Amino acid sequence: MALLELKNLHVALEDGTEIVKGVDLAVDPNEVHAIMGPNGSGKSTLAYALMGHPAYEITEGEVLFDGRDLVAMGPDERAQAGLFLAFQYPHAIPGVTVTSFLRSAINAIRKARNGGADDPIPVPEFRKELLGQMERLKVSRDMASRYLNEGFSGGEKKRVEILQMAMLKPRIAVLDETDSGLDIDALQTVARGVQELVSPEMGAVVITHYQRILNYIEPDFVHVFVGGRIVEEGGPELAHKLEAEGYEAFTPVAVGEGES
Amino acid sequence: MAVTPETEVVRGIRSDYKYGFSNPDEAEDYFFKSGRGLNHEIVEAISAHKNEPDWMRKFRHKSLDYFLARPLPTWGGNVSDIDFESIFYYISPTEKQAEKWEDLPAEILDTWNKLGIPEAEKKYLAGVGAQYESEVVYHKLQEELTKQGVLFLDMDSGLREHEELVKQYFGTIIPQNDNKFAALNSAVWSGGSFIYVPPGVSIEMPLQAYFRINAENMGQFERTLIIVDEGAYVHYVEGCTAPVYSSDSLHSAVVEIIVKPRGRCRYTTIQNWSNNVYNLVTKRAVAYEDATMEWVDGNLGSKLTMKYPAIWLLGERAHGEVLSIAFAGEGQHQDAGGKVHHYAPRTTSVISSKSISKNGGRAGYRGLLEVAKGADGARSKVVCDALILDEESRSDTYPYIRIDESNVDVGHEATVSKIGEEQLFYLMSRGLSEAEASAMVVSGFVEPITKELPLEYAVEMNRLIQLQMEGSVG
Repeated sequence: MALLELKNLHVALEDGTEIVKGVDLAVDPNEVHAIMGPNGSGKSTLAYALMGHPAYEITEGEVLFDGRDLVAMGPDERAQAGLFLAFQYPHAIPGVTVTSFLRSAINAIRKARNGGADDPIPVPEFRKELLGQMERLKVSRDMASRYLNEGFSGGEKKRVEILQMAMLKPRIAVLDETDSGLDIDALQTVARGVQELVSPEMGAVVITHYQRILNYIEPDFVHVFVGGRIVEEGGPELAHKLEAEGYEAFTPVAVGEGES
Repeated sequence: MAVTPETEVVRGIRSDYKYGFSNPDEAEDYFFKSGRGLNHEIVEAISAHKNEPDWMRKFRHKSLDYFLARPLPTWGGNVSDIDFESIFYYISPTEKQAEKWEDLPAEILDTWNKLGIPEAEKKYLAGVGAQYESEVVYHKLQEELTKQGVLFLDMDSGLREHEELVKQYFGTIIPQNDNKFAALNSAVWSGGSFIYVPPGVSIEMPLQAYFRINAENMGQFERTLIIVDEGAYVHYVEGCTAPVYSSDSLHSAVVEIIVKPRGRCRYTTIQNWSNNVYNLVTKRAVAYEDATMEWVDGNLGSKLTMKYPAIWLLGERAHGEVLSIAFAGEGQHQDAGGKVHHYAPRTTSVISSKSISKNGGRAGYRGLLEVAKGADGARSKVVCDALILDEESRSDTYPYIRIDESNVDVGHEATVSKIGEEQLFYLMSRGLSEAEASAMVVSGFVEPITKELPLEYAVEMNRLIQLQMEGSVG
């Protein structure tokens, strides 16, 4: 069984509108899965539902993480188990610095993995790790003392999302349109930052509209996502085909039902 | 007197309140205790017990008349349930004040140790006054400061040892008939701090006063007078806690501050009374030419707090700041705020209020900004932000502004926000529990104020906020 397994997953909004209509997916560490689809196909809904956003209800099917029923777990427990979501639109937390937030998050995860007893990361170790990762991801030093996402540019937000991923060391990372709003330099930095983390310790699910991020993160599997379903699967060559031909070939019904 | 054990604590009181322990043995064994209720005989007994000068005795009696004559306020919070007849107005726990912690009775010392005061004194305080019930049982100022002429005494000793100085200012900033609770304090005051900082003396480390109520139905009425002479500086910090009882106690302080030209006074309060304490306090400062007065007011505890630290800017270019945090949980009402009166040209002020309410609590800002005719070029900024954590809780904002001068620059901003589901989800997706995530949002919300505090107090404030948040969600 794969580390992350989706079986016939259906996701609906609170008003009952079904957005994700039966998805099967299996992701293991050391794998990169690209989920490619047009706007409004339900990709982001899938990402949010995996992380446990309260506005999305799993109406049918199941999600297993390391054999555990993910649906029964809160977002915090999912993170503690090793799931990570890089947000398309990360939220600002005024008054809370990036450093203080990261230390709290790391300590929350360490606590959970230590059977609920506090096990705070030693400050020197934390600092060393943070500075190292910031340098690798070309995040400027002053970001560490800024309030999380407050007044950040689009590119800064995305880099800090990847910085969080690098610091929290998840086993499966889901990246929700991390490429959107990035210029080419930022895209390269961020994509390489992700690629370097893909290892026997971590697998990645890269959700994107465009093929270009996949120039820097080589996917092992490409899933074409249209109308709430995976309609085609293949290797990296599928991404290039999509880039050349667009999604029309996969959209017998009108694109745009549901929301992105 | 019967003391309710902690285990019988009424439901609904903050279950996570750490300072709710009481000291039943001690409560039976006080040195001097007045009967319950209030009348001229009690006032006479307090004054006689303290062996006060005649002017103070008369001041007390007259104040009692004012108190009895004044109606209860009908605005702010509900004070109509206070049973003035059941309160003990004066309890002296020890015969004399200690200058060494180990000279205190074991039970009282135990309380201070639990609150960490002797430890804090060693680490980062220039002086400490520790009031237990009505009297300051421990008092100490660094020798170095004594040599520089700094006076830091309990108010009773201040009156005995520096009567002329006290007489010159006592009751001048807050007249005895200012309001019903100031009149009450003026009648039965005991303890509190008397501070004089000589010209040019800057006290780098804070002076701390700690107020502890131990007995049930206690009334604590400390009286503080701070005089900061020309070009001098002091940071005074007060903290307060009480045991959790099923019946109410009353804390009604009066604080008067005079900041002379170019002087600066910062007064920080971390109020963490248990949820059975009415906290009705009058605080007022005057600031002369180029002087600065700052109130940093953190209200986390109490059943009801009504407190609006005030600053009268009387000299040119005087500057005033009120930074206020009010946090109301279940069964709590924080009616906090501040008042600034501009009475001289080019005076400046900032009022910044952050109120948080959760679990049906009610927190608000009530403030007054006044610019008098002649305060040419005055500038002021009032910012009040409210954060509401759930549907049951409430926030109120009453920003009164009165301006009688045309050449002024006055700004007012108010925001009300609810803790966002999206913010919480974002933080929880990083492994924080819902309570931890909420606490983080709240800590961030008050950060503009906590960052003004010395590190130890910022840590303490954040810790108290965490405690308030625990068990509040999920």
